[in-house]
Amino acid sequence: MFPKGTKRKFSDSGDEPAAGGEDVNQPSSVAVRMLSSYSLQRQSLLDMSLIKLQLCHMLVEPNLCRSVLIANTVRQIQEEMTQDGTWQIMTQALSAANAAAQCSADRLVATEVLCRQTEATQGEQVLKPFPAVGSEGCPAEEEEEVVVEEEGEGGPQPPTCQAPLAWTPAGKRKMDSRTAEQVFGTFEIKNPAPSPDPALEELFSDVDASYYDLDTVLTGMQSAPKMGPYDLLESLSSHGPSPLSSSTSCRSDLNELDHIMEIIVGS
Amino acid sequence: MAGVAGVNDFQWCFSQVKGAIDEDVAEADIISTVEFNHSGELLATGDKGGRVVIFQHEQECKNRPNLRGEYNVYSTFQSHEPEFDYLKSLEIEEKINKIRWLPQQNSAHFLLSTNDKTIKLWKIGERDKRAEGYNLKDEDGRLRDPFRITSLRVPVLMPMDLMVEASPRRVFANAHTYHINSISVNSDHQTYLSADDLRINLWHLEITDRSFNIVDIKPANMEELTEVITAAECHPNQCNVFVYSSSKGTIRLCDMRTAALCDSHTKFFEEPEDPSSRSFFSEIISSISDVKFSHSGRYMMTRDYLSVKVWDLNMENRPVETYQVHEYLRSKLCSLYENDCIFDKFECCWNGSDSAIMTGSYNNFFRMFDRNTRKDITLEASRESSKPRATLKPRKVSTGGKRKKDEISVDSLDFNKKILHTAWHPKENVIAVAATNNLYIFQDKIN
Repeated sequence: MFPKGTKRKFSDSGDEPAAGGEDVNQPSSVAVRMLSSYSLQRQSLLDMSLIKLQLCHMLVEPNLCRSVLIANTVRQIQEEMTQDGTWQIMTQALSAANAAAQCSADRLVATEVLCRQTEATQGEQVLKPFPAVGSEGCPAEEEEEVVVEEEGEGGPQPPTCQAPLAWTPAGKRKMDSRTAEQVFGTFEIKNPAPSPDPALEELFSDVDASYYDLDTVLTGMQSAPKMGPYDLLESLSSHGPSPLSSSTSCRSDLNELDHIMEIIVGS
Repeated sequence: MAGVAGVNDFQWCFSQVKGAIDEDVAEADIISTVEFNHSGELLATGDKGGRVVIFQHEQECKNRPNLRGEYNVYSTFQSHEPEFDYLKSLEIEEKINKIRWLPQQNSAHFLLSTNDKTIKLWKIGERDKRAEGYNLKDEDGRLRDPFRITSLRVPVLMPMDLMVEASPRRVFANAHTYHINSISVNSDHQTYLSADDLRINLWHLEITDRSFNIVDIKPANMEELTEVITAAECHPNQCNVFVYSSSKGTIRLCDMRTAALCDSHTKFFEEPEDPSSRSFFSEIISSISDVKFSHSGRYMMTRDYLSVKVWDLNMENRPVETYQVHEYLRSKLCSLYENDCIFDKFECCWNGSDSAIMTGSYNNFFRMFDRNTRKDITLEASRESSKPRATLKPRKVSTGGKRKKDEISVDSLDFNKKILHTAWHPKENVIAVAATNNLYIFQDKIN
């Protein structure tokens, strides 16, 4: 949960537009409650939307219209939060919390799942269960969302799967481009399939092969094996944290993946 | 013709219901589209299992001229089968998204049916004669030994029991990367358009290996995608004009004479947003789920989540009429977003004279609006009111704290019982309403 102190600072930030247009610097208690309530509602809407976007990939045939509408809602909330300055505050708060977080292997696994998902789905169907189960153990997770910001000039960050919690807030990014690519990229075959990931194959090696189309198996699990979300989670946890050497394939937008995960954990 | 029940002498009553009564509804039986043909004699339904069922209006009894004939099953066939896209490793649903009839040109009937990816032209023909007395084969079809034939005879046409055959005449495939949401037959009776989320193609009915792409809104970078096509329709009279609606609540009218690729519109219809009602859900509820031209071609109607709007084609900046379908849901948008109901795509339809419009809602309610009298009515498609010729009782949803008798409160509405597909007979006061797996047919009470 968001520490109380931070919340108070949140509402005293002064640059939040009050719902009723009141002077925030001397808010009445009612106004403060209204603001907090609105922020919480907005936050939960954002969380819900991100969850929906992630779950989109589990469907057999994702509905593009629905995905676009949800993504636009997320973008809208992000923009409003950026204007509020809320975005910045949460970014800083989260980075502070991250440093102190007692991270468990669960989170590493969860991140790594997202990493693999990124590399393996160059525009293919993404099946990734929501790694909520693995991440619930972390107590220091904030409810608020992590900022998806990145310096533009540095180019993509060198992929660092080893430090999933360390991310660098940077310049503004309109929309989580990683999410966008995941959401809309599944509708296109953009790139040829990368070489099969041995760790991934090992992960699925004990699953009944007849479950999959032969093509799927040969292309190294590019597509949705149509397992239920919790089936995959179980197989993941049984394998423990796999080597993070696939970092080279991890995209630079690890912070985006991380922030998605924060949402999951936070909620 | 009068359209809506109300103060007038006009009332809707139950006629028939088709479909199983079981509580357990098989997903394949869920009706996904309903369409009358141009004469109203035939009524086609498509379901999630890829089947098409066509009902035919029986001739009225001569003995009882006041009783309208019933619709009985005329033909049933499997239009689409489930497929597997090997490239993307995705299943292609066999669900019939739309059926559109072609105008009748001979004794056979033709319709277009489509799933997410493939459009098929079906011919439904009758056979009531059979040739008998072939020379080269027996009556049961076995080939006769040519050396045994000693005389020749001319085959004779003998009457037989009526057989209705449906055969696929054309298959229009591999032209859509995204899911097809609309098909529309052009008034030239030679071409038709098909629309998916990002593109619209123009086909010739005779040519299956080629189609012209006339609208393409796919951005170069898919990450920049913010708007999709939700519906499209050809103008009923002008074969060069069509419209398409978007997820942002806009409608674009295009003229195919201006350019080969109609990415730039001729007219752009959008109602300015009411800033006082803006919320995070504003865009989602403004997304247009259906667009239909009036029979006259002068107006078009759009359906968004909470309302139906009638537009004059000559006025782009706002609709001429707006009807609230279920405004009481505006305060529930967050819950409806959570359970995904906010993404439900309701259709709408005109009556034959364009004086009334109809659309569906939740709890198996459907709404009708009379454009002339401005009266509206809410009716329910339920088994309880399914007695023959029983008059439908108007329903009301209570919005305030006090709930009157016979009213239903918003929280009691069943959001799983949604009426997405309705159709109005082109000439008479007969309507078909699809409620999950049941098809209800209502008609006016002839006094």
